[in-house]
Amino acid sequence: MRVADSSAGFIRQLQKGNSVGASLLLLVLCLLFTVFSENFTSAPNLINIVKQSTILLLLALPMTLIILSEGIDLSMGALLTLANVVLASLVIKFGVLWPAFLLVLILCAFFGWANGLIISKLHIPPFVATLGTLGIAQGGALLVTDGQSVVGIPPEILYFYSGEWMGMAMPFWIAIVACAVFHVLLSHTPWGNHVIALGGNREALTLAGIKADWVLISVYVLSGVMCAIAAVLLTARISSGHPTAALGMEFDAIAAVALGGTSFEKGKGWLWGTVIGVLAVGVLRNGLNLMGVPSAVQVAAIGILVILALMVDGLRDKQND
Amino acid sequence: MTDHSAPSSNVQQVSGWSALPNSVRVTLLRLIALALIVLTLSLTSEAFLTSNNVLNVLRQTALLFLLASGLTIVILTAGLDLSVGANIGLSACLAATIIKSTGSISLALLAGMGSGFLIGLINGGLIAFLRIPPFIATYGMLWILHGVTYWFMGGETIHGFPADFRAIGSGYLWGIPIPVFLMLAFLLVGMIFLQRTRWGQDIYSVGANREAARLSGIPVNSRLVLAYVMSGLMAGLASLIFLARLNSAEGDIGEAMTLPAIAAVLIGGTSLFGGVGTITGTLIGALILTLVLNGMNLLSINASWQPLVTGVIVIAAVYFDNLSNKGDK
Repeated sequence: MRVADSSAGFIRQLQKGNSVGASLLLLVLCLLFTVFSENFTSAPNLINIVKQSTILLLLALPMTLIILSEGIDLSMGALLTLANVVLASLVIKFGVLWPAFLLVLILCAFFGWANGLIISKLHIPPFVATLGTLGIAQGGALLVTDGQSVVGIPPEILYFYSGEWMGMAMPFWIAIVACAVFHVLLSHTPWGNHVIALGGNREALTLAGIKADWVLISVYVLSGVMCAIAAVLLTARISSGHPTAALGMEFDAIAAVALGGTSFEKGKGWLWGTVIGVLAVGVLRNGLNLMGVPSAVQVAAIGILVILALMVDGLRDKQND
Repeated sequence: MTDHSAPSSNVQQVSGWSALPNSVRVTLLRLIALALIVLTLSLTSEAFLTSNNVLNVLRQTALLFLLASGLTIVILTAGLDLSVGANIGLSACLAATIIKSTGSISLALLAGMGSGFLIGLINGGLIAFLRIPPFIATYGMLWILHGVTYWFMGGETIHGFPADFRAIGSGYLWGIPIPVFLMLAFLLVGMIFLQRTRWGQDIYSVGANREAARLSGIPVNSRLVLAYVMSGLMAGLASLIFLARLNSAEGDIGEAMTLPAIAAVLIGGTSLFGGVGTITGTLIGALILTLVLNGMNLLSINASWQPLVTGVIVIAAVYFDNLSNKGDK
């Protein structure tokens, strides 16, 4: 099974994309929080969930492609943090967003390129390569800020998180555009097929005369670019730069991808499953927040869900063998 | 040195890797690197060769080595344990709570080691029997342990332990820090286990070629569980030494130790692809990394550089390892 054909029925796609579990989880979580928390179904809170989930979505979409290619990117949270503090510092320096964003975009794309290069050309396994670059980005964020918060962001940026356009919150628009772009890239371009082939059938890709290394590097560059865009939203959300702002967020992204039914090791997955996974993680975090559960404990709950999802996946494979 | 660092002939047959000449070369290269670092530091910093600093370096190396030695066994099976730092956090907090509430040192030791053991057992089960890829299983475990520790501690700090307990981490015997004796003891145990026991040989075989190991009758799954249990146990032991040295416990106590531990194993020449590596290599790796970080301290380089430098060293170590393997084939 490859990425599901978009013409098939939605339910069938859910089954094919291994996303039935994530959909059920989302449903159960919504029901639970509706019962146990008064504010959960209020309109401002629902909008809040979508806004907060957008940042996660911007990481989870490229993470899906990376995991499809049998890779992993543990450096994403640290890179987003680095982008956040650099963007904040530069915006304060320049007074306007665009030149600062452009520089951060170049920095993040370069970082992703380096990740891809280390993995493909130096033949270092992705989880160790990106664990190394995680340390590099984390150190970079500490060095840029000297461990302090960067404050005094011009209000112009805040629009990207709290503003509205045509009656809808800006993050919502950004999420729609991001999903559409990734859907087209993955399902309607040759590049998308190449990415999927990276995970399932790298030999065939090379035999077809395609430079597998460059496809792989481009996936990690895309991941860096998405971190730069996410950094604008994050900076607007916390209206500052902070050297630990998004550390660990890669785990939420990996969790969303895993819950959404994309499998590690086989090049199998479905982009819209990731979207459902992102909403499940977003709803879980929001609901637990409303119930006063600390963030670290929320992450533990997500960790248990991920392990459970992978257990089900592993057992199903065992049966199929 | 050389006869310990060569994987046994049985492994050569399995992997077809002409181990001996390369492993001598690799060990020599690392010893030269070590000597160069020592030389550079003794020339650039007056404080380096003082007995205080040397003992300090040895003490830090001991802690890092103990954690990395268990991890070495996991990486030899072509696995990875990203949860060792979080394991230290939970085990240390449990031991600290027990020692505060009961005052019993032996109960605290039991709690720390027991929690490390259990975490390793769960990791091993998830990986061996449920077929979850090691890096994602232990990465999930990292965040679960992190949350459990936070929930358990509620952001509190526990400090002030009995002197007898603190001796494990900060005490001396004949003028040498006690962790150093533990390091030497476990170096010996590790060498004997990997080179002279059936189980140790099995670990190499499982890492070199899992299918071949299965076909030759090795119980692959239970060897995998064994490896993760040893890694968990060593993290439990390291947590006790760390706790005794710091004399206080917080939720994030071991967080920053995972990357250095992995770095020490990889600098020591253990291959991420399994089946190749030694415990003596890991000792050299731990010594090199500790010296580099110590040197940065002595030269008063901002501590924020440390994760960055460690990250670069990890990537460089794996890269050079790949290069030397390629040259051999």
